[in-house]
Parts: sequence; C-alpha cells; structure tokens
Amino acid sequence: MSVRSSIAVLAVLAVVGLLVFGLVSKGSSGVDLGEAAPASPLPRLEGGGNGSLVDYRGRWVLVNFWASWCVPCREEAPALQRFQQRHGGQEFTVLGIDSRDLTDDGRAFVERYGLSYPQLRDGDGDAAHEYGTTGVPENFLVDPHGKVQLLVRGPVSEEYLREQVTPFLPEGKS
Amino acid sequence: MKARAALLAFVLLAVLAPAAAAEQRASLTEIEKQVMCPVCGTLLQLAESPQAQREKAFIRRLIDEGKSEAQIKDALVAEYGDEVLALPQGSGFSLSAYVVPIVAFLAAAVALAIGVARWRRGGGGPEASQPPTPEDSNRLDADLARYDL
Repeated sequence: MSVRSSIAVLAVLAVVGLLVFGLVSKGSSGVDLGEAAPASPLPRLEGGGNGSLVDYRGRWVLVNFWASWCVPCREEAPALQRFQQRHGGQEFTVLGIDSRDLTDDGRAFVERYGLSYPQLRDGDGDAAHEYGTTGVPENFLVDPHGKVQLLVRGPVSEEYLREQVTPFLPEGKS
Repeated sequence: MKARAALLAFVLLAVLAPAAAAEQRASLTEIEKQVMCPVCGTLLQLAESPQAQREKAFIRRLIDEGKSEAQIKDALVAEYGDEVLALPQGSGFSLSAYVVPIVAFLAAAVALAIGVARWRRGGGGPEASQPPTPEDSNRLDADLARYDL
C-alpha cells in the first residue's frame, strides 16, 4: 500500500472513529426490568464527596429522579418521605437523585419537604440519561443485587408504594 | 498645581469608572444567547420551561452580585455541566468541534489543488493526450457525414 493510500485510510478511520465516539457517548441508553441499574458515582446534594447506588448494595433501593422545578415531584415527595419513615433501614432506602437542577434549589426542596433519605446530585443529567429517563419524576426499584425490579415513569403515590413496592420488601413478603 | 491635577484625576475617575463598569456588566439578554436550557435542548433565550425560569433567575442573581459574563458561564457549567454552553469550549475534546472542520476543509483544498495541478500537467487528462486511431477517425467522419445537412 502506498503512502498516499495509507494516509487516506487513516483519515477515513479517524472520521469513522469520531462518529463512533459520538454515537457511543450520545447514543440512547436506559435500563429495563431485570437489568443492572447504573451506579456511577455522583456528588452528594448536601456536599461531602460522592455517593453511589453501590453504597446501598444488599438493600432494596427506590431510586427517585426528581427536580425542584418539577410540580409532580413536589406532590410525590411527602409520600416518599412517609414510605422511607415506615420502611427505611437496613433492608430498604429511598435514594433521591436531583437531576438538572440548581444545587441551592435542590437543597431548599429537601429542607422544605423534610426529606431524610440520601440525596445525590445529577446536575448535567448524565445519570438520568444512563437510566433512560424521559423526564422527572421517575422511579426505579432496585433489588439488593443491583437489578431493576420495578420501573415507574412518573410520580408514585402512597397507594402505589403500598400496593406495588411493599410486596418486594422482606417485611412485605413475611 | 498639584491640587488641580489631583482634582482633575478624581473627576476623570468619577466619570470614567462607572462607564467602564457599566460596559463590562453582564447582561441576561446576552448570556441567554450563549447558554442552553438543558431540559428543553434549546437556547435559554427561546425557553420558557420551569427549569429555564430557574436558570434565568440564577443568572439574574449572579448579575446582581456583580459577576462577569465569564464567571456566570463558569457557574452555569458547575451546575449543569459543559453542555449548558451553546458553543463547545475551546479546550479538551471539545476543541475537535473547531479543529476537525478546519482540518477537513484544508485537506479537501489541498487534494483539489493537487488534482487540478495534475490534470493541467497532463493536458486535460490521459485520453486527450493520445491521438485518435484510424478506426476512430473513420467512424467520426462517417458520423459527421451522416448528420451533414
């Protein structure tokens, strides 16, 4: 192969490489039932380093994507807090992920609704993209092995939590 | 004399300093054209969603605090990531957004120039440099005679 042909092949490979990189980094993603839930580390909303779904391995986790500017999120927050008070502990926790939101607004939201469950911050929306969310709020029930067992694209109500989520929890099975 | 010079300097400072400050003061209208509404995927200038309203309020607050345009954009990047900027940053991998089109354009121009130079050296192409064979000439004459009016 001549030098000229090699340069042409390299140029084509470089362009194809850039296109593939673009597709891989921007391509659609998401999780389905039974698949492993993404667990990339995210900054804690209240500060103090990063946290991840991995920190809660061995527990059932209800991952709740929310934002302070989202009206349905305001409506479901009290229900999630009551559910956490009732079931939160060594076997279950709600894990809030504040997505595409301002840090101060997110913190004010947590304070306003008295949310005691852990909160992570997803300012650029990368985690929401990894989960394949289409908006906020969205909820994913993740089992102790990190697999998604329930997926709700929208707000959850107290009734939904009681009837659909509780049966998965160890205390709900007994 | 010294007192007059000092007074003149004071007056000039009093007149020019606010003007300079006003010139550098960041403006929501200008920043809105340069940043995105991350949820809507459009320029903030065109967005009216609740998230966009909060983003605009955040920018207004920073303007009131006297932050410069660059500082405000940095603060937005800290909150929403690089993708909040309408134009990619001129560093890191984002630099390729500017470099790749320029390199591609230059490569195409060089290839075109080389191609044209070769074509001209060859007298308009390899086929034109060869004289027609006697068969071709005869066929051409026959064709022309057929269409001769």
